[in-house]
Amino acid sequence: MDDERITPVELPEPRYEYGGDDHVFVELAEEMSFTANFKAMAITQQVADRDIEGVVENCPANASYMLRIDPDVIRPDDLIDELKAIEAETDIENYEWETRVIDVPVLFEDPWTHETLMEFRDRHQDPDSTDLEYSAQLNGFDDVDSFIDAFVGAPHMVTMVGFVPGLPWCFQMVPRSQQLEVPKYVEPRTDTPGRAVGFGGAFSVIYPVQGAGGYQLFGRTPVEVLDTDRTLPDFRDSMVFPNPGDILNYRRIDRAEYDEIREAVEDGTYEFEYETVTFSPDEFFESPREYNARLVEGEA
Amino acid sequence: MIEIEEGGIATTIQDLGRTGHYHIGMPPSGAMDRYAHTVANYLVGNDADAATVEMTYQGITATFREDAVIAITGADMSPRVNGDPIETWRSVAVEAGDELALSFATEGARAYLAVAGGIDVPKVMGSGSTYTLVGIGGHEGRALEAGDELSIGESNDGDELVGTRVGDEYVPTYADEETVRIVLGLTDYRLTEAAKETLCNAEWTVSSEADRVGYRLEGPDLEFEEREQPFGAGTDPSNVVDLGYPIGSIQVPNQPIVLMQDAVTGGGYATVGTVISADRGLLAQRQTHDSVYFEAVDVDDAHAAREERNERLEAVRAAIDGGI
Repeated sequence: MDDERITPVELPEPRYEYGGDDHVFVELAEEMSFTANFKAMAITQQVADRDIEGVVENCPANASYMLRIDPDVIRPDDLIDELKAIEAETDIENYEWETRVIDVPVLFEDPWTHETLMEFRDRHQDPDSTDLEYSAQLNGFDDVDSFIDAFVGAPHMVTMVGFVPGLPWCFQMVPRSQQLEVPKYVEPRTDTPGRAVGFGGAFSVIYPVQGAGGYQLFGRTPVEVLDTDRTLPDFRDSMVFPNPGDILNYRRIDRAEYDEIREAVEDGTYEFEYETVTFSPDEFFESPREYNARLVEGEA
Repeated sequence: MIEIEEGGIATTIQDLGRTGHYHIGMPPSGAMDRYAHTVANYLVGNDADAATVEMTYQGITATFREDAVIAITGADMSPRVNGDPIETWRSVAVEAGDELALSFATEGARAYLAVAGGIDVPKVMGSGSTYTLVGIGGHEGRALEAGDELSIGESNDGDELVGTRVGDEYVPTYADEETVRIVLGLTDYRLTEAAKETLCNAEWTVSSEADRVGYRLEGPDLEFEEREQPFGAGTDPSNVVDLGYPIGSIQVPNQPIVLMQDAVTGGGYATVGTVISADRGLLAQRQTHDSVYFEAVDVDDAHAAREERNERLEAVRAAIDGGI
């Protein structure tokens, strides 16, 4: 695999939309790209820096962003004028941010997600295979093992947090030609184990709590992304650990390591392993494979 | 202290909600019918943001262990104190040992019990609202059940308000409120023009899946514009690259789901419009099997409706302060 450059995408004109009288939704692109995501992050960062009166929620998403406003303080049209001005002066090539490269251990083909996915075979495109077998085949891999190798072979960037508190949507940091893509379930499941690692569209996710879900199920992590009681050391400041812009480095582990980490989590002693780095979109686009290697080594 | 004898079906503590945390996936929660919640608070001398008890379909039975001033608004659940009916939308004095009992809603879906001083619950991320999915806020992060004990906050001037009733012109008739106004948009380009018309003209029925997370509606099928799905969206025509969902937005996996106060904050279904802030409380008062019609308005109309609601609340407050 050579170090194929990532070409920045030409984005269409942003679409500014009203979410009733109290939200502004801005679609930067209909398709997912790092360019669209970095722009969403850059603009929402500037909205935060400007501390615009009347903006009460500021939510970057994968290829869009949404602001919630207090219409008694600011009107959507006035905000949209300001957003257009911010957009005009945003150049993501010069935009860098402090981020964390986080080790995320995953037990693939674990017994818990396996039980769940077997239970919901009737809602799946291919009832005779597992989610991993289906995803591997759809993406042109000979077997599940080589598909998992590709999944853990490059880090995944958190491009959005939401759905429920703490759920990170992650986009793998590889050129488009190498990106994995799978459909969501035909009908969403009514159950998913907490800490399940799933994949849908072009996004990996970690489900923070047990609940509904429609992504293909690949494995389960022993670590938490949400700690409502904030007993674990990494959750002292917030009950949610992942932030947009963070980089998750999924790592394949065996059952023994899963149990060992799980014990530390349950004891309240587990701490994430991560390095804080300055992320440069420009350098990443230029040489993603080499840049990722430096990120994972903590040298970016 | 209020001791809960029967918790009802889905009774939670709510205030005006939790803002500033949507970007980590935390929905605002808060009272589903902000108008009824706020008026209940005003009737007992509280600020709009004091925590109330939100009851759904079936009310609580509870014993007061101290004297208190209360008001019940919203859905009519035929409240009684020691077996005697009490008026709703009025502030009422109760004494230690009194039993308050509500039954099933005959009109509307959600009733609010405000107590002078507010229900005293710890604030989580700035709000006392319950968000049951992850178990935070309110009373132990969950719906109330028999045996729960609720503390009452310090009261200022509840006693002076006893007997105050809101004028009839400020009491909604939920049975008649079947039209909610929406602003089309977001990713409504996914629907055909005919489907947008259907959305706005059809009679929709509230399904049995209608709660604080979302109102699933039943009606005609909606057709999507054909397209080659963009990268990352997923294969279904209703799929988009996952985006943030406004509160009140209407997503269309096929049949519409209107997202409410405890909604998921984002996801990959096309959202095609948003119920305006002034009308979300009306939708929250619709019961399963009730009809709902959407009326498309522009954002200026939505804003005017909000201002009108604010003015109504201001008029109610002024009247209460003046002693109705």
